[in-house]
Amino acid sequence: MPGTDIIIHDKKDNVGVVVIEKITPNQDCNCWIMENDDSTKIQSKNEIPLGHKIAMEDLKEGDTIIKYGHDIGKVVKAIKKGEHVHVHNVKTKKW
Amino acid sequence: MEIPKSFLGYKRENGRAGTRNHVIILPVDDISNACAEAVANNIKGTIALPHSYGRLQFGADLELHFRTMIGTGKNPNVAAVIVIGIEPKWTKRIVDAIAKTGKPVEGFSIEGVGDIDTIAKVSKKAQEFSMWASEKQREECPMSDLWISVKCGESDTTSGLASNPTVGNLMEKLEPFGVHLCFGETSELTGAETVCAKRGKTPEAQEKFMKTWNEYNDFILKEATNDLSESQPTAGNIAGGLTTIEEKAFGNFQKIGNLKFIDVLEPAEQPSKGKGLYFMDTSSAAAECVTLQAAGGFNIHLFPTGQGNIIGNPIEPVIKLTANPLTAKKMSEHIDVDVSKILSRRMNLDQAGDELIKATIKVANGRLTCAEALGHKEFVMTKLYRSA
Repeated sequence: MPGTDIIIHDKKDNVGVVVIEKITPNQDCNCWIMENDDSTKIQSKNEIPLGHKIAMEDLKEGDTIIKYGHDIGKVVKAIKKGEHVHVHNVKTKKW
Repeated sequence: MEIPKSFLGYKRENGRAGTRNHVIILPVDDISNACAEAVANNIKGTIALPHSYGRLQFGADLELHFRTMIGTGKNPNVAAVIVIGIEPKWTKRIVDAIAKTGKPVEGFSIEGVGDIDTIAKVSKKAQEFSMWASEKQREECPMSDLWISVKCGESDTTSGLASNPTVGNLMEKLEPFGVHLCFGETSELTGAETVCAKRGKTPEAQEKFMKTWNEYNDFILKEATNDLSESQPTAGNIAGGLTTIEEKAFGNFQKIGNLKFIDVLEPAEQPSKGKGLYFMDTSSAAAECVTLQAAGGFNIHLFPTGQGNIIGNPIEPVIKLTANPLTAKKMSEHIDVDVSKILSRRMNLDQAGDELIKATIKVANGRLTCAEALGHKEFVMTKLYRSA
């Protein structure tokens, strides 16, 4: 089994979490989907540190970020597949 | 793993069991702290629980103050209690309520006496209590005597991925043994509130949860001046990769595994519907939450952290676990259980849950937690509004 670089909670999720110290731009990453024990691959576009999220697909402004299979916020600036997803491009829908 | 059927605890007069054997010096109010601390300094084997409030409070806020004071004294981790207040009336109310457990408790008031004579008088009683408590021996207690509270802090995405689910795994394995369990953090379920409400065992529990969450959320919306960035999630949460309160909430929620909760408790309220999981209405600030859970009667606490929260409690041992490999390495003196191997898939949740159960029983039997060894005794009262 190759090392896991990214873990995805649920197969519906459009983001994954980096679980190694960091991933570098253009790195081919191995992703493990916890829910159904499946795997997939993605190429990163940015450097992303441990615990931070990567977009698993292209996302446009107003789209919903899905993690744990649930809505965790809205996209406020378009995000390309493989880019870092965080407070600079996603906001809460709550407060 | 076969789960142990018992642990070694201190049996109390009211049938509960403690994982610790503290003699506490409890000030009713802020101005009695000096006296309480002087007594605890004089008499070995006692601890003072200084705090910032207790004067001119009224209404629901005053009731919460009393509930927290009384619940702390009644907690089975406490062998005996000295209560010191400026005035005799509120002091007596607390003493009388703690006395119902059957444990030794005595109250003193400072007004008309002064600190120095009070300290002398109280020290004599504290010495008697301390030496009496020191004779208590640990005895075999069933697992159902464990009342386990949980709360996470300085969370990051590793909390939702691994350390919180580890706590959930422990809950699933220990619930059949008849333990009491408690989670809280009302505001930190925001975004996951409807999913959480569905975990109520009865329609009443579900409705009570939504009512509690709505009231807390209305209060936040009323007082908020921005989108709460850096408050909820905190700057530490954001550094750890958590982007929104919704993301934090779904991570937080992993701590209860697949369990359902039987009731919603007021802050510091003792559960009264038997064994199982309870939700308590609390703030998400670590020390406030654990202080309320300890006052609710919980005798051991599990605290998953991502970026490295360092909290402890004076009477309820706080066991820390992390799945963040950097935190486990850089802050190792604070981490009782390292489950970071889950991220590299060298450990699964079942194994991590077993490790946490083993650590919980060791601590229940008397092993010091990291927070205890480091002297963390955060006792923080929740205040609902300004005093009169």
